[in-house]
Amino acid sequence: MSMSGMDAVISARDLRKCYGGHAVVDGLSLSIRRGECFGLLGPNGAGKTTTLRLMLGLIEPDAGELRLFEHAVPEESRAARVRVGVVPQADNLDPDFTVAENLLVYGRYFGMKDSEIEARLPELLEFANLTHKRDARVPTLSGGMKRRLTLARALVNDPDIIFLDEPTTGLDPQARHLIWQRLRELTARGKTLLLTTHFMDEAERLCHRLAVMDNGKIISSGSPRELIEQNIEPQVVEVFGEQAAVWADSHAARHAQRFEVSGETVFCYVQDAQPLLLELQQQPQLRYMHRPANLEDVFLKLTGREMRE
Amino acid sequence: MNQHHFSLPRLSLRFFPIWRRHLLVWKKVAATSILGHLADPVIYLLGLGYGLGSLLPEMGGTSYMVFLAAGTVCYSTMNSASFEALYSGFARMHEQRTWEAILNTPVTLDDVVLAEILWAASKSLLSGLAVLAVIWLLGLTHSALSLWLIPLALLVGLCFAALGLIMTALAPSYDFFMYYFTLVITPMMLLCGVFFPVTQLPLLLQTVSAILPLTHAINLARPLLNDSVPVDFIWHAAVLFCYALAGFYVSLVLFRRRLSK
Repeated sequence: MSMSGMDAVISARDLRKCYGGHAVVDGLSLSIRRGECFGLLGPNGAGKTTTLRLMLGLIEPDAGELRLFEHAVPEESRAARVRVGVVPQADNLDPDFTVAENLLVYGRYFGMKDSEIEARLPELLEFANLTHKRDARVPTLSGGMKRRLTLARALVNDPDIIFLDEPTTGLDPQARHLIWQRLRELTARGKTLLLTTHFMDEAERLCHRLAVMDNGKIISSGSPRELIEQNIEPQVVEVFGEQAAVWADSHAARHAQRFEVSGETVFCYVQDAQPLLLELQQQPQLRYMHRPANLEDVFLKLTGREMRE
Repeated sequence: MNQHHFSLPRLSLRFFPIWRRHLLVWKKVAATSILGHLADPVIYLLGLGYGLGSLLPEMGGTSYMVFLAAGTVCYSTMNSASFEALYSGFARMHEQRTWEAILNTPVTLDDVVLAEILWAASKSLLSGLAVLAVIWLLGLTHSALSLWLIPLALLVGLCFAALGLIMTALAPSYDFFMYYFTLVITPMMLLCGVFFPVTQLPLLLQTVSAILPLTHAINLARPLLNDSVPVDFIWHAAVLFCYALAGFYVSLVLFRRRLSK
């Protein structure tokens, strides 16, 4: 993929990071354009968080080149971080402080004057739907409010790029939708977002481009649509029931390009679902569902169905 | 260990907002904190001072109370700096992930560690000042030289904050700190001349005592309260200062290693 260096907010080439002889990031190259929402997808332990830490200059790569804006990282990462906001995976708000104090104290780390931060407070609180909680202490906030405060905190320095490490993990659906809406507003304002997630619906809704990571490598990248087109048949028929596996052994291969058995469900991937659906109508003991292929199918195909622990 | 971990500290003024953060947390609990700083040393000073003092009419050429006062300022400052660097420092680094949040901004680990040391020293200075105020109120000293105990308390605070952070950098959990207090802080309290002159100890222990930083602090504090300029004051101050610098450097190297994992 070629693109002009001017457009790239982040460019990484052959990035490598080993821990105890094991490559956690293994020859990673990617380029993120100004104004896009870029998603890093991958199972637990794929190297997503390590990649973010490398990009922030918090850890040193063993090999490779990395630029964030015009700055070489990690050498000039301090200067680069002036224009970055970070929403970390684990909550690290200051529990002793109120909502407003958290923002004030954090802004000072960027060298902002108190008056400058105070001037931004109303807008930040509004954005996080926390105006009414301005003077509430952090332990009294719900999980969703804490996440929103963390997001507001990441915006205190009006960054050009925001790193989000699993921003909605552990949130209920209402809270997730509110975060998604806010992230879309940020991209609409021209901010660049780099987010890691293992929620496919999140990636599909938010990201302009995605990279699927596993074992420290990018194994596929492109827009959500491209990833689906490149990696998988367009139609999926899921077949359920006690007899599904038996049926799959004898019949599935005849009508499906590819199928996978997972417990009592058979996933059939097909170009044209009609012949398979006709066949299934003859099998009253089986239930089935026909749907278009989605990112989760791609993800499972690329990274496998076995548990990662 | 990476060679980069050994590079010298790169200092910047970015430590100051972190110091202010710690101050703001402290302000919220200031009333109880000051009471805590005062209660322990003052009880020691008054209890032992009056109790033992009535049996010991004189020690080292002064009343036992005055003898004890100099030791109490130093050990109270040492304790306060150590507690802050160990327990509170560990909470900020590990439990609350405060450092992690700060390190995502244009602040470096060097700034964070410097802020920890300066904050723990500031807080322990307050401890020393509190005891000093009691000493002045009780009229245990009338010397203008006793004002030198204020910068001395700051130096003692820097020294023990920096040494304490080495433990914080190595600690897997809070339980680990028990070793430091039983094996380092308590022996120091007993071997460095807080309660009795070091000359009362066997020669071997006197040699050990001469290496320990608290001895040097007390060798400065005691004459100053007695209105005399300490012998070898440059040497004692230099030892404390070197302990502070070495503690800062070693702890920083260890924190760099710990946080690069």
